[in-house]
Amino acid sequence: FYLTPPQVNSILKANEYSFKVPEFDGKNVSSVLGFDSNQLPANAPIEDRRSAATCLQTRGMLLGVFDGHAGCACAQAVSERLFYYIAVSLLPHETLLEIENAVESGRALLPILQWHKHPNDYFSKEASKLYFNSLRTYWQELIDLNSGETTDVREALINAFKRLDSDLSLEAQVGDPNSFLNYLVLRVAFSGSTACVAHVDGVDLHIANTGDSRAMLGVQEEDGSWSAVNLSYDHNAQNEHEVERVKMEHPKSEEKSLVKQDRLLGLLMPFRAFGDVKFKWSIELQKRVIESGPDQLNDNEYTKFIPPNYFTPPYLTAEPEVIHHKLRPQDKFLVLATDGLWETMHRQDVARIVGEYLSGVHHQQPIAVGGYKVTLGQMHGLLTERRARISSVFEDQNAATHLIRHAVGNNEFGTVDHERLSKMLSLPEELARMYRDDITIIVVQFNSHVIGAYQNEE
Amino acid sequence: AAGMFLRVLSDIQWRAAHPKWRRMSGSRRSTSTTAEPHPLPLPAQAQVVICGGGIMGTSVAYHLSKMGWKDIVLLEQGRLAAGTTRFCAGIVSTARPMSIELKMAHYSNKLYQQLQQETGVQTGYMKTGSISLAQTQDRLISLKRIASSLNVMGIPCEIISPKKVLQLHPLINIHDLVGAMYVPEDALVSSANVSLALATAASRNGVQIHERTSVSHVTIQKGRVTGVETDRGRIQCEYFVNCAGQWAYELGHSGEEPVHIPVHACEHFYLLTHPLQKPLSNSLPTVVDPDGRIYIRNWQGGILSGGFEKNPKPLFTEGRNQLEIQNLQEDWDHFGPLLSALLRRMPGLEALQIMQLVNCPESFTPDMRCIMGESPTARGYFVLAGMNSAGLSYGGGAGKYLAEWIVNGYPSENVWPLDLKRFGALQSSRTFLRHRVMEVMPLMCDLKVPRWDFQTGRQLRTSPLYDRLDAQGARWMEKHGFERVKYFVPPGSDLLDLDHSKTFYKPDWFDIVGSEVKCCKEAVCVIDMSSFTKFEISSTGDQALESLQYLFSNDLDVPVGHVVHTGMLNEKGGYENDCSIARLGKRSFFMISPTDQQVHCWAWLKNHLPDDSNLVLEDVTWKYTALNLIGPRAVDVLSELSYAPMTAEHFPSLFCKEMSVGYANGIRVMSITHTGEPGFVLYIPIEYALHVYNEVMNMGQKYGIRNAGYYALRSLRIEKFFAFWGQDLDAFTTPMECGREFQVKLDKGLEFLGQEVLLEQKQNGVYKRFTMFILEDHDTDMDLWPWWGEPIFRNGRYVGKTTSSAYSYTLERHVCLGFVHHFDENTGEELVVTPDFINQGEYEIDIAGQRFQAKAKLYPFSSLFAQRRRKDEVELSGYQGE
Repeated sequence: FYLTPPQVNSILKANEYSFKVPEFDGKNVSSVLGFDSNQLPANAPIEDRRSAATCLQTRGMLLGVFDGHAGCACAQAVSERLFYYIAVSLLPHETLLEIENAVESGRALLPILQWHKHPNDYFSKEASKLYFNSLRTYWQELIDLNSGETTDVREALINAFKRLDSDLSLEAQVGDPNSFLNYLVLRVAFSGSTACVAHVDGVDLHIANTGDSRAMLGVQEEDGSWSAVNLSYDHNAQNEHEVERVKMEHPKSEEKSLVKQDRLLGLLMPFRAFGDVKFKWSIELQKRVIESGPDQLNDNEYTKFIPPNYFTPPYLTAEPEVIHHKLRPQDKFLVLATDGLWETMHRQDVARIVGEYLSGVHHQQPIAVGGYKVTLGQMHGLLTERRARISSVFEDQNAATHLIRHAVGNNEFGTVDHERLSKMLSLPEELARMYRDDITIIVVQFNSHVIGAYQNEE
Repeated sequence: AAGMFLRVLSDIQWRAAHPKWRRMSGSRRSTSTTAEPHPLPLPAQAQVVICGGGIMGTSVAYHLSKMGWKDIVLLEQGRLAAGTTRFCAGIVSTARPMSIELKMAHYSNKLYQQLQQETGVQTGYMKTGSISLAQTQDRLISLKRIASSLNVMGIPCEIISPKKVLQLHPLINIHDLVGAMYVPEDALVSSANVSLALATAASRNGVQIHERTSVSHVTIQKGRVTGVETDRGRIQCEYFVNCAGQWAYELGHSGEEPVHIPVHACEHFYLLTHPLQKPLSNSLPTVVDPDGRIYIRNWQGGILSGGFEKNPKPLFTEGRNQLEIQNLQEDWDHFGPLLSALLRRMPGLEALQIMQLVNCPESFTPDMRCIMGESPTARGYFVLAGMNSAGLSYGGGAGKYLAEWIVNGYPSENVWPLDLKRFGALQSSRTFLRHRVMEVMPLMCDLKVPRWDFQTGRQLRTSPLYDRLDAQGARWMEKHGFERVKYFVPPGSDLLDLDHSKTFYKPDWFDIVGSEVKCCKEAVCVIDMSSFTKFEISSTGDQALESLQYLFSNDLDVPVGHVVHTGMLNEKGGYENDCSIARLGKRSFFMISPTDQQVHCWAWLKNHLPDDSNLVLEDVTWKYTALNLIGPRAVDVLSELSYAPMTAEHFPSLFCKEMSVGYANGIRVMSITHTGEPGFVLYIPIEYALHVYNEVMNMGQKYGIRNAGYYALRSLRIEKFFAFWGQDLDAFTTPMECGREFQVKLDKGLEFLGQEVLLEQKQNGVYKRFTMFILEDHDTDMDLWPWWGEPIFRNGRYVGKTTSSAYSYTLERHVCLGFVHHFDENTGEELVVTPDFINQGEYEIDIAGQRFQAKAKLYPFSSLFAQRRRKDEVELSGYQGE
């Protein structure tokens, strides 16, 4: 079974998406130039999700990748809802009041987010009313709480993550009279998802991470080479601090059973996640909800199964770790990706491949003859070579696609091997998951000029 | 840098020629050793102030002073001959497709040739000749067309074989060439030095030149220029000439009342090399390879080569950001395709060493033609700018015409194609200009076939029916920003083919337009003609009638409800405009003129109507949608829709009445069609447009109604020998010369503009005559089609050029319209053209070097058509009966 290069391309490019921050005649005041994103499924259906949106009532842009497990329901819900919770957490008191008044009197609502979605990124229509009501309750509480202080991005991110997770949990406990929705909220709560979210506003970059997806900054050194800076910590067994944290939160008696085979309670890879109420609810609550739930839920062995050594829940939290970074002109791009990418590629290689890709497209140094002796023929040869180089990079118009091509197709020498690529992409559905995981990537490109100008102002 | 070298060279020569200038112009280099000399103070007033010391400004100053005007001040913000003039490639090329451009370039060439002798300033003039190469047959055809018009102008020019090309220029690779055009008298010259020479001569004639003086704005009072504000004080003046090049647009907009000058700059690159091992001769011809988008000239033993790339880089969209044009960034990647073309054309240059890539911005205009003339809103405000990278070739001629214009009130040639008044505020948007010039610059090299259209800056002005017509297959062209239908593609046709048809031969819309014409002849067609300029003139008393009687040659004192075709003539009896005027009431008139008259006609009327608040002139172009119902069945459609009898007894020809059509009332119906066919034009208040159109189409169904476009209209009007202003008629053509004596009422008892000249012509005869030619041995399928501008030969001698042409589906022949002159065989003097002279000649029309026999006619085939129509009517009604 062999795939031709065009077939390979059509598979790789099926989910690619690009967004350029609109500029007016060469003027672009955003520190973000735009982003490329893409997904390559291994599971069928894919369990990863991605989101990107511009905050309309505050400044800044939100981008995130979500790696679902035990189904895609939780990742889907988080990808739809989390940015609203963050945006609302960031809103000043007056805007919240304005929105609430608008809802109250049935007037048109101020738009909060402008989404940048690939056509395949869907939103659940059926649940929108339910989701909206939960969100509204949240902002009503925020209005009541009115602290009068300006909102801190770090706090807003943490609050939003925690609040959404608690809403997921609550909705599943309360249930819904509509049987479809009832089943949906239960599936959301019993499945799980990690989240790695970036908020960019001017030179302020915040990464909020829950789980084992990762954010990485691509930095161009003075000599032109590329290096990687991690902007998140994986929440898994390889992270000593994380193992430490979990152990601190539970009695010493459980120390041995908490982490087994590099998994939480011997079951779960990520140590933090949305949903996964099996690791959060008491046994009684789990049993009660499952028993009163629909039959499909009762038939599911996974949901009924109670983790072993389950004594002092919750074992799992959705609270993110937030890292703040002030962008510098040498910070050229940010990569957000689910663990499917990081399992196959070292971050240093990721930085190099994306850096070279982006600079090949945009930053080829102009030629100047200056005082050198150059003949017409030499110049012609040089220009032809430069054009050829650009056109090879142009096979991918999307940095995320380019990265996936490398992640899947790289041979031992670090170059893309078409045969390998073809094999990996033509694996039958049931085998694909054995060789690779779902991969979701967002590459955000920064505007160094704008960032430099910000710096000079300060 | 080479640019600097040129600069230094010209400085030295400048001082040598003109020592006294040293005091007036502060020199950068002298500042280090001596204190900056004080510049001479500006005069408090002058007759003319010229802004811009490039080739345009100095040429205008030179020609004005030659014509005897002395009180002239030329202001330059930087140094003379800086700007685009300084970096110009120095090629004087006369191979221009348009007659007026060709004349300007020809004159420039002759002027520059003797300039060194006249002024003592070395101009570096060198007659090298030029070779334009053709890589395709179509390109060769376009060169042959140019060659034909050069030859009849008396400019030596020949079409040569690739072999001959090699003899003229040993470096050229000829393997991919099909032929070339050789113009032996084209030349090379240093444009900066030409400009300095012109300045020298002008200043000897008394023109004051002030460098380092920038104009901030021009003051205008009551529609007249009153003075100029500069950074060194104010100068009162009667005339201001804007020759600010790249900055002409901004300068035009700097005053309180904007003068719209639609120019926009693009970067332009050319390459300079070191000399060849065996340095190139400085008499080697310049090579133009339009298919490769490049030109190549010899330069100091090496070459200078630039071009017009497909993806130009517009700049200064937001306005100026520097004083003189500094050497902008070189962009080799951008120049790459042109370098490839160069090495393909001259592979032997591979080892030649690069000296520099020069980036020199050029300014372009929306229609690729330069801009000259007087502002329509400010009298005395003249403009000469937007040279589309041919400033050196046009500089001499353009300066001469503009000087004549200022001194005499009009230039000695028809310059309407270059007139500032062909544009209005609507072409002045920066976004429009930015997008349009990005199309214009590549067009410099693109092949231009008959009836090509601009693709950018479209859908600006549209009829309310635009979407309806578009959905029915309309194909569009644009005039003065207005979208007009060319023809309708029937459903199921191969659309792609039609949109890409580029040919000098029979076009693929031939049958489509044929069926539209047939429908006009036999049934009824509707053409949306909303783009026409529409004015209303009314007064409280008789002022409107009195003024119009003076401005128009026909008698407008007709009963209310009559329509009059009449010329709006100038003092010389020439057509400034050709209109149809309906007398709506005793004191109000409705005037229809061609689309591109909107600015010109308005300015003319404003300048000539008395300043009387009781006389109101209003532009109502946007208020009405015009539907032209052409054909024998128009009568039936309209009478059914209005419940009013529309037959000739009740609604004679040239009649106008407000009536109801469908539910809509107040539709102005006129029994004219602009084609000579029977029918009506409906002037519909725009809110009723869709309703009336729908009603007409529904009702017309049983009469076989269909949509038609301007190509059908053209074919109809040309076979009926109808002249159109802007194409056939211009300010140098009188009604007497185009068989329209019947539209002139010399005896209307009132004086009117142009009357004297017309009387004189009536008595003594005319020197050219509008004639209709029917091509005899022309094969429509196989032969090149005529366009316009083809030379006409009578008994083997050149007598004039065609002005328009179309295929007549009725005659099944091509019809060309054009003017016949009578040049004395020995002296070349123009003699009177009598009808006998026309009738007794054997005629040929030259299409790209091939001559076709033609039959000349002074009157249309009216009887033949009338008979045919009656016969067709009978047939058609019989068919309807079945």
